[in-house]
Amino acid sequence: MPPARSWRTYPQGYMLEAARCKKCGKTFFPPRLVCNKCQGREFERFNMQRTGKVVTHTVIRTPSDEFSGEAPFAVGVIEMDDGPRLTSQIVDVSFDEVKIGMPVKLEFRRLSSEGDAGIINYGHKAVPART
Amino acid sequence: MRDVAVIGVGMQKWGELWAKSTRDIFVESALLAMDDAGVDTLGAMYVGSMAPGLFADQEHLGSVMADYLGQKLIPSTRVESACASGGLAFRLACMDVASGMHDVVLAGGVEKMTDIGGGDATHALASAADMKWEAVHGVTFPGLYAMMAVAHMAKYGTTREQLAHVAVKNHYNGSMNSRAQFPMKITVEGVINSVKVADPLNILDCSPITDGAAAAIVVPADMVKDFKKAGVKVIGTGHATDTIALHDREDLTTLAAVSASAEQAYKMSGKGPRDLDFVEVHDCFTIAEIIVSESLGLFERGKGGPAAEAGDTGLEGRTPINPSGGLKSKGHPVGATGVAQIVEITEQLRGEAGKRQIKNARVALAQNMGGSGGSSVVHILEVM
Amino acid sequence: MAVGIIGYGAHIPRRRIKVEEIAKVWGADAPSFKKGLELLQKSVPALDEDTITLSVEAARNALARAGIDPKDIGAVYIGSESHPYAVKPSGTTVAEAIGATPDCHCADFEFACKAGSEGMFVAYGLVKAGLIKYGLGVGADTSQGAPGDALEYSAAAGAAAFIMGADDNLMIATIDETYAFMTDTPDFWRREHQFYPSHGGRFTGEPAYFRTVTGAVTGLLDKTGLKPGDFKYAVFHQPNGKFPKRAAKLLGFSFEQIEVGRLVPLLGNTYSGSSPLGLTAVLDVADPGDRILMCSYGSGAGSDVFVFTVGDRVRKAREMAPKTRWLLDENVKYVEYGEYAKLRRKIRLAEK
Repeated sequence: MPPARSWRTYPQGYMLEAARCKKCGKTFFPPRLVCNKCQGREFERFNMQRTGKVVTHTVIRTPSDEFSGEAPFAVGVIEMDDGPRLTSQIVDVSFDEVKIGMPVKLEFRRLSSEGDAGIINYGHKAVPART
Repeated sequence: MRDVAVIGVGMQKWGELWAKSTRDIFVESALLAMDDAGVDTLGAMYVGSMAPGLFADQEHLGSVMADYLGQKLIPSTRVESACASGGLAFRLACMDVASGMHDVVLAGGVEKMTDIGGGDATHALASAADMKWEAVHGVTFPGLYAMMAVAHMAKYGTTREQLAHVAVKNHYNGSMNSRAQFPMKITVEGVINSVKVADPLNILDCSPITDGAAAAIVVPADMVKDFKKAGVKVIGTGHATDTIALHDREDLTTLAAVSASAEQAYKMSGKGPRDLDFVEVHDCFTIAEIIVSESLGLFERGKGGPAAEAGDTGLEGRTPINPSGGLKSKGHPVGATGVAQIVEITEQLRGEAGKRQIKNARVALAQNMGGSGGSSVVHILEVM
Repeated sequence: MAVGIIGYGAHIPRRRIKVEEIAKVWGADAPSFKKGLELLQKSVPALDEDTITLSVEAARNALARAGIDPKDIGAVYIGSESHPYAVKPSGTTVAEAIGATPDCHCADFEFACKAGSEGMFVAYGLVKAGLIKYGLGVGADTSQGAPGDALEYSAAAGAAAFIMGADDNLMIATIDETYAFMTDTPDFWRREHQFYPSHGGRFTGEPAYFRTVTGAVTGLLDKTGLKPGDFKYAVFHQPNGKFPKRAAKLLGFSFEQIEVGRLVPLLGNTYSGSSPLGLTAVLDVADPGDRILMCSYGSGAGSDVFVFTVGDRVRKAREMAPKTRWLLDENVKYVEYGEYAKLRRKIRLAEK
């Protein structure tokens, strides 16, 4: 990925910046310019809490080349406690432990790197939430 | 708006066509369609192709294909809507003819997928998902549909076996289709024990990587009598889009774009799910056929799996699905798939489908999907 | 004006490999390693964990304990010998991820295993000088040991982060005194473009670690007039289980004083994170008024020594983020050598 492509979304990738429609209250991750529920165009931005739960999940066993060294890995749709849903790997977990409804928290991880010489892309991955 | 009809179709055998390039594949199928219709010049053409740049290092397919089809200076447009590119090319051809702009229009689709490795192909296909917020996490297309399967199984009790029945049925149908890439019959046990791809989907739940093309000739319905073969009337068309990312959909167990595109086509044609003698749907994965069958209204929500298991979707069933063998057995050259559905329907409605012919078929529906349901195109056709 | 730690946090990868698992690959005698080095296992980072990711997680835990606005952090220093980039700071990513940019000074430090305490040292100095309101110092590493080398049994991964400040109401532990000791002693090094570090074998012991640590602590005690008995806890750099015990003995500290912060038998040597992580484990249990000594060590060679006095807020603050001994045990997964070799990129893959 060219550096600019990840750099321009660091607020979302690093800080989980989301937006709440001022008209109808719907939350979006990443932030958008137009609300897809009410067409509102004014938003309040906020950084999401890093907690949520699994809505659905799978285990990727045949990945694209970019992820070939990491397979198999679990991926899920996560519903954040702040509302928006996002896709994330679920790591540091045994696959049979991943269930719909499982509470998770997001940890800062490497998402990918452009070979051995390119930039490293950072973001978040889900891990089981324990206390 | 004029009524329109399909007057010719063409499609070569699909598979790993090592000796043939994108343009070879396309031109061969296009010529078959033109010969079927008995025309050698076109007013316009639409070329469905998802990612020729990523798969075959060639963009600008509108010009490439018009040039190599010997059609000088005509308007030729490449159409892209991921795996629904072919269906959308057909829709645009119909709209072109219906508008009165042109009389003889070719709708084609093509994808040459095997020049690059499987991992690169997986990446190219993933570009139909949200690259920035889905694929960046390593999720693949099988992965996205697997997540729909997990949600569907949790909500409705859909079983691993029911998924397998879809694949078994489509391979059975495909075994009677000489153009299918994988015409072998398979078993439920074989599907369940095949290599895991994205849990719960195995390799035999997935459509393959395929080289192939398909083409159809669209003309005004009132000109059909001027051609040598029977025409098939296009009585309904629909097209809808949905969120690009699966995670942005409130209900992961249905496909809203499929329902919306079907509603448009049902309304336009005056037909409903009960009027369909068979359907060709986008079974890129076994779970896709089940969810699509529900979203089209063929079965109630959650009943798609049991229907597949009970044989309701077989050639002799209540609503046959994918008599061609579907994407699963016939192959899935992504840009060509939607047009190949029109090829199958045209041949069935003309009574040319051989051993897999559905008796007395008069009305059929084609449903072609892009991405994880980010787009869907539906057509309803009827014998004239 | 008292300056000290107003927030601290740790982070440790969840994978572990046992000494036996490494020893059996190289035909080494595991019991003698376990006894000789007092090591049972070490942490192993996943493919998606590096100095930056560990630093972010530790820094977020420190922020949770500090309860401050990250925009008020005026300096971010990451100490590591395994920065993911040779050129491009780790600190910029960490600062961005915790929300400290752009009004912030930032630098990466490298001094073998001492880089983490350097970040603490400089952040503390800037706060004390009144140049910044708060400063973040992080020690983090995903250090490598060459396959079969003695270091492979200990080179581990982890991070500890400390936010320095002068707010009395936020104080977790004041820093009462510091001392630094360094000489040019080449006991361990890694040349540019080399994947694994090299070391001087037994030369790393007497003339390097022990001379430096004892010199540094003796210097501090002379400077302050304090005696070993004046400290409730002491944390020494812990390249293995044995070195900090011997250093303590040479300096007149007891086993009880060092045991709480001696994580190495279960964690391995986290290099720049080593003594800082030990300090976090001590702060997790210390009582207000307790005095703590921390002495880092970096090959090359030098030590930074700190004297802390624990404040009242420690009891409340420690509950606001995961405790270090809990992290050491949480959701631990043991890996075999093959997976370890893959995770540590010791397997040569096809060129892409």
